[in-house]
Amino acid sequence: MNSIKERMALINEAAARMGKDTFKGTQEKNTTARTELTKQGAKVVTLEEAIKKTGLKDGMTVSFHHHFRGGDKVVNMVVAKLAEMGFKNLHLASSSLIDVHEPLIEHIKAGVITKISTSGLRGNLAKEISHGLMEEPVIFRSHGGRGSAIANGDLHIDVAFLGASSADPMGNACGYSRSENAKSICGSLGYALPDAQYADKVVILTDDLVDYPNTPNAISERNVDYVVVVDSVGDSSKISSGAIRDTKNPRDILLAQQAAKVIINSGYFKEGFSIQTGSGGASLAAVKFIRQSMIDKGIKASFALGGITAHMVKMHEEGLIERLIDVQSFDKVAAESLKSDPMHQEVSANEYASYDEPGSATHSLDIVILSALEVDVNFNVNVLVGSDGIIRGAIGGHPDTAGDSALSIIVCPLLRGRIPCVVDEVTTHITPGSSVDVVVTEYGIAVNPRRPELKERLEKAGLKIVDINSLKDRAKSIIGEAAPLPFGDKVVGVVMNRDGSVMDVIKNIVD
Amino acid sequence: MFVPGNNPAMMQDAFIYGPDSIMLDLEDSVTMAEKDTARLLVHNALKTIDYGNTEMVVRINPLNTPYGKKDIEAVVKAGVHVIRMPKTETANEVREVEAEIEKVEKELGCVGRTQIMAAIESTLGVINAYDIAIASKRMMGIALGAEDYSANLKTQRSPEGIELLLARQTIVVAARAAGIDALDTVYSNLNDMETFRKEVELIKQLGFDGKSIINPRQIEVVNEVFAPKEKDIQKALTILAAIKEAEQKGSGVIAVNGKMVDRPVVIRAQRTIDLAIASGIINKEDI
Repeated sequence: MNSIKERMALINEAAARMGKDTFKGTQEKNTTARTELTKQGAKVVTLEEAIKKTGLKDGMTVSFHHHFRGGDKVVNMVVAKLAEMGFKNLHLASSSLIDVHEPLIEHIKAGVITKISTSGLRGNLAKEISHGLMEEPVIFRSHGGRGSAIANGDLHIDVAFLGASSADPMGNACGYSRSENAKSICGSLGYALPDAQYADKVVILTDDLVDYPNTPNAISERNVDYVVVVDSVGDSSKISSGAIRDTKNPRDILLAQQAAKVIINSGYFKEGFSIQTGSGGASLAAVKFIRQSMIDKGIKASFALGGITAHMVKMHEEGLIERLIDVQSFDKVAAESLKSDPMHQEVSANEYASYDEPGSATHSLDIVILSALEVDVNFNVNVLVGSDGIIRGAIGGHPDTAGDSALSIIVCPLLRGRIPCVVDEVTTHITPGSSVDVVVTEYGIAVNPRRPELKERLEKAGLKIVDINSLKDRAKSIIGEAAPLPFGDKVVGVVMNRDGSVMDVIKNIVD
Repeated sequence: MFVPGNNPAMMQDAFIYGPDSIMLDLEDSVTMAEKDTARLLVHNALKTIDYGNTEMVVRINPLNTPYGKKDIEAVVKAGVHVIRMPKTETANEVREVEAEIEKVEKELGCVGRTQIMAAIESTLGVINAYDIAIASKRMMGIALGAEDYSANLKTQRSPEGIELLLARQTIVVAARAAGIDALDTVYSNLNDMETFRKEVELIKQLGFDGKSIINPRQIEVVNEVFAPKEKDIQKALTILAAIKEAEQKGSGVIAVNGKMVDRPVVIRAQRTIDLAIASGIINKEDI
């Protein structure tokens, strides 16, 4: 005889030996239809309840993403609620902050927010901070640097508030919605993914609560603690215009032609190459010229990375780019493509550009086209602080892609009105000159002396290469010597290098 | 390339697009109220901006306006290469402008430095084209101004340009007879590059040396149309090399690939190479 009853003594003995309980039977089975049951998800609460349940306390760190860019509504909504609930001394860690986040000025003045970590600042918030609004300096990180800092604990997030265009009651969330009630779309949630993975508590805010399962998902329910339904997480029309815009600005076209010539003759333009570009007029136009050259020469790219644009999507659909790796969708066309095209892959900031992860995509990137506010004669680049000393930009993935790619090309006009862009020394050091290979201006192309072989290739192709000092001199000859900026002695910003070291500081500007 | 003389940003940037010649305008693109400031801006642009090897032209106001003489003085002093006379109808007008230029040049001690280009923009101007073309040794080219000319003809411009045919051919013939350049009028619809290209092809076939443009985006089309073909460049290079060799050896008659090379062939070869350089296909240093 060998019945369970007979073995019971042995079972108890085994359990005791293992320090475990003996099985006492299952709970009563819930027989509610699952379509009903999933609608009653326990995670779905109001914003205030979510905040309370997370256990958020004064002095803690709250995080956000900026995938809706100018249309973002989450940061202002949540911070207003936190202020209303009486929180103080919070550390706001957003993947970036822009003009639309101007209401933060009042919350900073009221002591709700006393510390900020971000990739960039723009508008009046940037202006006020540049003038010394905050006691503690703002910490600036690149997108890859932020991902690394979150992963290694340098940037510990207590509660992440992440906007999503769809979420189910379990918390499976996306930057788009497949339902008929879709209210918004931002595409990739790449910058929010490290927050979702590493934050102690994660609150998803969505304007479209959909039925379970909202898969494929960007953020998995296993990383989500609460789901809050709101009227709107963002105005998708402000991500950027949906149509492909072809610049008619002759200077942008000239810059784009030159950048395209550099790429085509660089030695990296061959079957299977990979590329990343920005969303500026010159970058987009350069893609147009590269596209034609790819068709003419029968060359296909293995992947396009980064901020994905409608241009890239078009080339992917034409078969010129095999795969799209998308950490941020730059326009609605890209966002829609991410939703429907399996070869258009969403990646986290860490998979995109982490300094610590050798497998991050930037390490496999051949060519990147980047812009700049200033470049200096040692090829250092500033993309954060204007030549007036006021913060007006974002680090973005600039140092990540410049550092990891085989060929980094900076495209910037020599002169923006009366502002020279090639200078003796950049106002703020963001991307080290050692990672910048080529600077394309309307007055000539300069190649970093570290890349003599590249210079030789470009010259052989008939491109006129100039010394970067001659560009700086030309700008000075037109504009003259600028008066030194009236900086004060207070540090209002600290620029972190992507390796976690301190790269530079930004001092306050005095009027 | 036409650049308004009251727009500092455009004047500063014009050079970067690589036009063969930049024409800073003091005439039609500048309102009466801005004539003085534009003159000052153009003077300073010529003096301070490094335009490299670009030919610098200024379109002045006619001498019968209160601005013409002042314009000449300001731009000659700034070292302009060419003064473009608007609405030129007679050889006498050219001689008047020449006298004004000479007056300023004498003051500066650089007599003969400034060249003249005359824009022919009326029926009378077309009738007098050859007289205008030979009116001064400073004359480097004559150009058609089609808008005023069409109005004067009591018609308007058509995409095919049939109404301009006589004027164009008269100007080319007059320029060739005088040994100077013939330059065609502007085409102002920037959104219709196709018609623009056809027009450039037409005027090249008619014998013009170049086309006036109003936007850098038009440069590429003009260069493409005027650019000689690779095989013509190679042939021209061979001919010029043979000439050089013959000159060194002192031999008279030259043959390339069994064909005799006479003067027109050499002139055409030189012109092909000049165009190839101007179109950016070959570098001057490479020859």
